[in-house]
Amino acid sequence: MTISERIKEQLNEFPVLLYMKGTPEFPQCGFSAQVVNALKSCSKRFAYVNILEDPELRQGLKDYSEWPTFPQLYVNGDLLGGSDIAIQMYESGELQKLLDELE
Amino acid sequence: MNANRIDMLREQITAVLQPTTLEIEDESHRHAGHAGAKSGMGHFRVKIVSERFEGLRPLQRHRLVYGAVAELMKTDVHALSIDARTPEENGTASP
Repeated sequence: MTISERIKEQLNEFPVLLYMKGTPEFPQCGFSAQVVNALKSCSKRFAYVNILEDPELRQGLKDYSEWPTFPQLYVNGDLLGGSDIAIQMYESGELQKLLDELE
Repeated sequence: MNANRIDMLREQITAVLQPTTLEIEDESHRHAGHAGAKSGMGHFRVKIVSERFEGLRPLQRHRLVYGAVAELMKTDVHALSIDARTPEENGTASP
């Protein structure tokens, strides 16, 4: 399986997927931690992948999404954005609305 | 070194986006000690006001900015916090 096939498979499987540094319990980066907190505040389930454990995936995602940094938040397979956009959408209520509509 | 990085960012963002306002702040010190900081690459906050953002969603705006500084993202910049607005959103549109 190629890297982009792996990414597509993961995105297909999980409607809300956060590619982050570290884990929700032990984030390794403040930006990743902020997005975890925003998602937790929305009280919705989300999946995560720790890209620090998978250098190939880390590089593959940058190419796949044409987005050079992490975290990257995907909803229904589409890149929503990095931490700036995710936090902005959380603060405006858009993120909650988007996640509510998933169900 | 950091002044240089800010100059480089300013140059590349200006070339692509012709901003009416461009503020760049080095926030590397706030991330000292974290994994990404060890590489010596920096964290920067940028505020960009540009007509090029008109009609674009935040994702597309950020992609434009990342595209403008793509080379620096490989060598000197570890992370960017981006505030991307149109002149109208910023309240500085000329009549």
